[in-house]
Order: sequence, then C-alpha cells, then structure tokens
Amino acid sequence: MTGIRRVSRRDFLKTGALAGAGLVLSFHLPPRGLALADGPAAPYYPSSAFLHIGQDNTVTVFVNKSEMGQGVYTALPMLIAEELDCDWKKVRAEPAPVAAIYNNPMSGMQMTGGSTSIRTEWQRMREVGAAARLMLVAAAAKAWNVDPSSCRTENGRVLHQSGKALAYGELTRQAEKLPVPAKLTLKDPAQFKILGKPTRRLDTPVKLNGEAIFGCDVRLPGMLTALVARPPVLGGKVRSVRDAKAKVVPGVRQVVRIPSGVAVVADGYWAAQRGRDALEITWNEGPRATLSSETMRSDFRALAGTPGRVARKDGNPERSLASAGKTLSADYELPYLAHADMEPLNCVVDLRPGSCEIWTGTQGQTANRDAAAKMAGLKPEQVKLHTTYLGGGFGRRGNPHSDFVTLAMEVALAVRKPVQVLWTREDDMRGGYYRPLWYARLSAGFDGSGKLVAWQHRIVGQSIMKGTFNEKRRIKDGVDLASVEGAKEVPYEIPNLLVDLHSPEQGMTVQWWRSVGHSHTGFEVESFIDELAHAAGQDPYQFRRSLLAGHPRHRGVLDLAAQKSGWGGSLPPGRARGIAVFESYGSFVSQVAEVSVSAAGAVRVHRVVCAVDCGMTVNPAIIEAQMQGGIIFGLTAALHGAITVEKGRVQQGNFDDYPLLSMDEMPIIEVHLVKSSEKPGGIGETAVPPTAPALTNAIFAATGKRIRRLPVHQSALTSA
Amino acid sequence: MLSLKVNGKMYQVDVPVDTPLLWVIRDTIGLTGTKYSCGKALCGACTVHVNGQAVRSCVTPVSSVVGKEIVTIEGLSHDLQHPVQQAWLAEDVPQCGYCQPGQIMSATALLAVNPKPSDADIDQAMSGNLCRCGTYQRIRKAIHRAADSMAAGGRT
Repeated sequence: MTGIRRVSRRDFLKTGALAGAGLVLSFHLPPRGLALADGPAAPYYPSSAFLHIGQDNTVTVFVNKSEMGQGVYTALPMLIAEELDCDWKKVRAEPAPVAAIYNNPMSGMQMTGGSTSIRTEWQRMREVGAAARLMLVAAAAKAWNVDPSSCRTENGRVLHQSGKALAYGELTRQAEKLPVPAKLTLKDPAQFKILGKPTRRLDTPVKLNGEAIFGCDVRLPGMLTALVARPPVLGGKVRSVRDAKAKVVPGVRQVVRIPSGVAVVADGYWAAQRGRDALEITWNEGPRATLSSETMRSDFRALAGTPGRVARKDGNPERSLASAGKTLSADYELPYLAHADMEPLNCVVDLRPGSCEIWTGTQGQTANRDAAAKMAGLKPEQVKLHTTYLGGGFGRRGNPHSDFVTLAMEVALAVRKPVQVLWTREDDMRGGYYRPLWYARLSAGFDGSGKLVAWQHRIVGQSIMKGTFNEKRRIKDGVDLASVEGAKEVPYEIPNLLVDLHSPEQGMTVQWWRSVGHSHTGFEVESFIDELAHAAGQDPYQFRRSLLAGHPRHRGVLDLAAQKSGWGGSLPPGRARGIAVFESYGSFVSQVAEVSVSAAGAVRVHRVVCAVDCGMTVNPAIIEAQMQGGIIFGLTAALHGAITVEKGRVQQGNFDDYPLLSMDEMPIIEVHLVKSSEKPGGIGETAVPPTAPALTNAIFAATGKRIRRLPVHQSALTSA
Repeated sequence: MLSLKVNGKMYQVDVPVDTPLLWVIRDTIGLTGTKYSCGKALCGACTVHVNGQAVRSCVTPVSSVVGKEIVTIEGLSHDLQHPVQQAWLAEDVPQCGYCQPGQIMSATALLAVNPKPSDADIDQAMSGNLCRCGTYQRIRKAIHRAADSMAAGGRT
C-alpha cells in the first residue's frame, strides 16, 4: 500500500515495471545554492527526493506537506511543474517519507501548519523544477551535440531550433548522470503558465470513488482494531478494572491495561466497541476533577482587572486613557472549542523487533516519529511513518505531544501485533485538546476633538506553546506570542497603545486550532473597533479606513469587500451588514456579512463577501475554496461552537451538542482576490479571524445588540 | 451467517445480527470508501443506498438489510462515469474528501427521486450531510450540474 491509495494488482504491476526501468531522476536541493546529486532510490519511496520523472513521462512530486483539504498535493506540484515546463496532465502527487530534507524551515521539523506551505516552499519547489529542466536540456543538447542555449522546453519536451524534439521521458537516463546545476534562474512571474491559474486538484478523482486512503482505511494483514477506555477526566488513571464481560464479547481478543487507560483489542470496530462498553472501570480522576469552565470564566474576569505581562506598549496608554475626553470599555469572551475533524483520530502501528511502521493522517511527522521511536527504544530512522490523507486537520493532527500516535504505540507495545487504534467521535471530542477559553478587556479613549488616542487590550487565556517544541521560539519574555498575535499587531493608527497578557496555568489541555491566537484576537479587535466607530458616530467602514492610512493592503481588501458588497447601499427589510478586516500569516482578508435576525432571535446569514490579498497566487480556485471553508469554519464557531467543562468532564460529545454548520444554514459566499505582486502569504487559516466579528457587527447593525460573548446565543437576541 | 448483496455481489458474513451495516461494509467486506464519523446518524458520512434509498449505515443493523440491494460509493462507478461523480469532478468539490462519499450517495439518491431539485430541495435532502471543510457551495452547484446532465441524457 502506498500512503494514499489502495494499490490494486494492476498498480503493483505498473509499479514493478517502472521500478524495473530504474530511477531516472531523483535528487534534492538545499533551499538555495549548492545542489547535490542523490543516488538512485526506489521511485515509490525515495529517501529524500522531491521529484521523479519516469520514462513514461510521468512526473511524480513527493509532497513534504500533509493533504488535509487545503490543496497542498496540487499546489506544490504546480510550483515544480511551472519551472519544469512539463505536461500538467502527467503530474501526480505522492506523500514524502520522513527525512530532514522535508523539514519546514520555519519550525525545523517536518510538519504542516501555520499556513506555511506556500510561504516556505514557493522558492524551493520552483528551484527543484528549474534544476530538473536545466538537466533535461543539458541531456538533450549533449545528445544532439548542440549548445544548450539553442534549446527550449515546452509541455514536457526539449525542442531544438532545428525542429528536433525529445520528450523528458526519453532524456531521464542521461539527465540523471549530470550534476545538479548550482545556478538557477527562475521564471519572471509574467511568464507563468500554471501559477496563478485556477487548476483542478490532483486528489479529486480518488476522493470520488472511495479509493482515497485515510488513516482509518489502512488495512494490514493480521491487523487488529483497538478502542481505548480513557478516563472521563483528562489526566486521570485507572484504579481498578473488571474485564470479564468484555473478554466474552465475540471478536474481542485481548483487554490490556496501558498507561492511558484500558485497551480492548478486537477483530474489528464493532467488537472493540461492544467490549469497551462492557468494561467496568473505576478511575482516580486526578487534579482536573474540579475543573469548571464557568469557574475559569470568573477567575479570568478577575485577572482581567489586573495588569498582565506587556506584549506591546506605544506612548503612554495609561495616562492618555485617564485623561481622555471620552472612554469606552468592553469585555469579550470566547469558549473552548474542539477541532471536530470529520475523521476522528486514529493510527496504525506495526511494531516488530528492531523496526516500527506507522500509518496515520498527521500534520507532525517528525514529532510523531521521534515520539514513537522513544517509546519503542528505537532510533528515529528505524521508524517508518506513512502519511495518509487526512480527514481534516485544523491543527488537531499536529498535536505537540503526538497524542494519537503515542496512544497507538502504547497499545502496540502491549499487543505486539499490527493494530489500528480508532477513536470514536466522543473519544475525539472529549479526549483531548482544545482552542483555549479566552477573556479579553478592551478600553479606548478619544480626545476632545474626537480622535482615537488610546487603546488597551488585555488578554487572559492559557498558553498553547508552553511545554511544546515551540516554547523557545514562541514565548518571549514570558509572553506567549500566539496568545497575543493579531492584538499585538493591531494596525489601526493609535498613538498610545497597550497589549498585555495573563497566561493562567490551570485549565484544560490546549492546542492550536485553525488560525490559533487570531481566532480570538480577530473577534476582539474587530468587534471593539466597530463599537468605537458607532461611539464616534461614524460609518464602521470609513472609521476603519481612516485609521489605516499606513496599511495599504488592509485598506485594499477593506475597500474591495465594501465595494463588492454594496456597502452603504439598500438591503431587503430586516437585513444589515457588518464588516471586518484582519491580517494573519502574511495575508489580508476583509469580509462583509449580511444577516437578519428573527423576532425569536434566530440569526440567518444570507451572504458573506470576502476580499483577500495573499500576494502572488498559486491556485486561485483553491484560495477561493479555502476562503469559503474558513468562513464556514468561523461561522460554525460563532453560531454554534462551545466546549464546556464541568467537574473536569467535557460536556459535549457529538454533533448533536457540538453542531457544525449545515447546508441549509449556509450563506452565499463571494470571494474576490486582490491582484498583487507581493510575496505569497498563507491561506489555510486566514479567512477564519474576520468571520465572527463581521457576523456580530452585522447583528449589531440589525438589532442594536452587541454580541460580546461567543457563541451567539439566540436568547440574547429575542426582540420580545 | 448472513447473506448480503453489496454492489451487485453476494457476500456471506458471519457477524452478530445487531452489527451496524457500516462496520460490516468496512471491516468484514473490506470496502473502506464508506466512512465512520459520528456513529449516531448525525453527520451522513456513512451514507449508502439500500434499495435505492439513502441510509445511514452507522445505525442500520445488518440484519435489516438482508435480501436488499446495498450500494456503496465503490459501487457507483470506479472510473467516475456516474453523472454525479462527473459533476463533482467538474466542480472540483472535495477538500479533505472524508465526507464526500456520503455527500455523493445522498445526492445520487435525491436525484433519483427528484431529477430537478430546487435549492430548497437540496437543503432538505443534504443538510444531514456535514462537511467540516465547507464545500457546501460547490456541492450545491454540482447537484444542479448533475441534474442538468442527467436531463440531457446522462445515465443515472
């Protein structure tokens, strides 16, 4: 089995034939400059290649990023194909194995997250394509005994001015013997034929006939299925277990105590679940047994009244607030949230003496592999990790502690047979890691002439980065930069400004969730600036615009969204618009939401107009899809999302009490791209932050009621 | 031993009679295109056809479908020739793709009884199929496209 498709008998034959023909081009390049040839490797599992060109002209790109819906199995091949001048119809994507060459230069690990894929690979993948193209040209020139400068390339062929032509597949054997060129010239963007054009995804066909392999679809000979009973309170331990009833369930093979709980190992899911249901366990609940999200809310509110660690200070915010002619203050609250990927977590482990193979849909290959190696007493290189398709990621599958891999390793170490550890929906929603609960207090002051002169943003919430591999990089002088991102960088022109932070340590296990800190700061900043606009008696769009003179890209998307939405124009009765603009991951997004609210307080979102400036684009069709998806993700959270905790127990478990936005609630979404020659920004997360405030600002415009606590509660909006 | 007809093929399966059809399809028969996501008929990822109707296989006891025609995503068309798959391809619908087999099976069942669905009909039929990536707008377009192509003579 390859990582991502069920390999049929026919495919094996194909693979065999290709492998028999020998590898024709496999090499890697450091990010820049010096290049080195890397001897032949098996084409379907290279040790360190990004690209393989077959004698049948097939171009295989080994993608070092995980495909979780964001389109990276299409976008990275597009970068290579552009510079390679190959036939796009011959391009396919395969998951890369785990190796240092595939690391994300921002984090030093192989991982997918932080909306970094295009930003970190934009240059490197184009260099891979450009180097391969030069080698193919050199091989053709040598065969024809002509000067390489008299040759050009087009659609997978090298052409000579005399009219001679050779397909890439005919040149690979000669090309692979040539040195990888050290000096590369990349195309002028004006010459791009593929980049910047809407391009169909390479992974669509296998996702329409059941062929795509997600982690839960992996099947190995003799593989068993396990479910793990874990404590109802995170961090609890088994006190005692009676497993007699579980062991007699047909299909249950073994019941084993593991550090995280009790594993029921069976022939398949249903037997494992029946067996687990029959376990009688008493738990030591541990230190989180008294946790309550309501208590945390009031503790956080109290903290918001005291100064925190300073993340940014301009001018003299305290004095200017105290002396301001008019001041305003508001508190905002956001709940814990679950990622709720459609595919619950899972992992397959085949642990053998001296080796370990893992199959999983992961965003964090290096961390997962190293964690597994440590548990098994193996060297990292003895662990082979296969990345499958991910049935959603949103950060959850990049767990800093590799929780879904270590859980599977615990089971594998106990049973020593190939085993698939599955999580039920409830296991997934209750058993893990959450976007933190946030409490924020914002205060601002206008001077006598009505100019905004002071801004204070105090944030209270658990640190995501503490205790993770990102701690050194992301916590500076005691300030978790992820907690304040988007608040610290507030773009509005305000002379006196303070952003400070409390990071209380008690609480839940927390993790990055699509757009991370921006998921709360976007709501806080863009709600409060809207409140200030109304307090100043100004149009919320014009008010923002007047404070963004030094931020042309913010202004650009703000203007575009306002214009395309018909801002200020008439609407059907009962409808109103709200606007927001936000920068994250090097991209700028503005949204205008159009809503109505019924007498009973039910919110209907009719339309969202989204403008995005992400610099130069790779695939506008995927950008549009990511904007739509991010807006739906943001609306789901703002309208429905809350994880609450009582006595240490997560109270939600499935889509009945943690609903996702459904088709009938879906607004019309229009996406408009700003044409730009700036370097590419991130895309996957950038639509989320402005969605909630655009929505709640529209609710205010429609009802006069300001939503300061998410999710939006219908009871807060009844007009009775 | 139960006798099941899945994608036109007969299978003899030795499973407890209360086993949900989903797990018989995935674990016993070995067709993994049909997905588990909620286990409670809340999300539609496990949708298959039973005698042409869209059914949530995660809550359907296997004993209730003996003698019936069961079709999974693998039974639609491996080479994507079904007009619904064609429409999904043309609109490039999937993102992560996990919910799409269920979406496609629900859409196919809808079009079989309602060859020209309105947006409201689509909302009605498809709102039980959740998509965390937010592909709804393209799903809607693809259903209209499939309806048009089927009306123009594409096969069902």
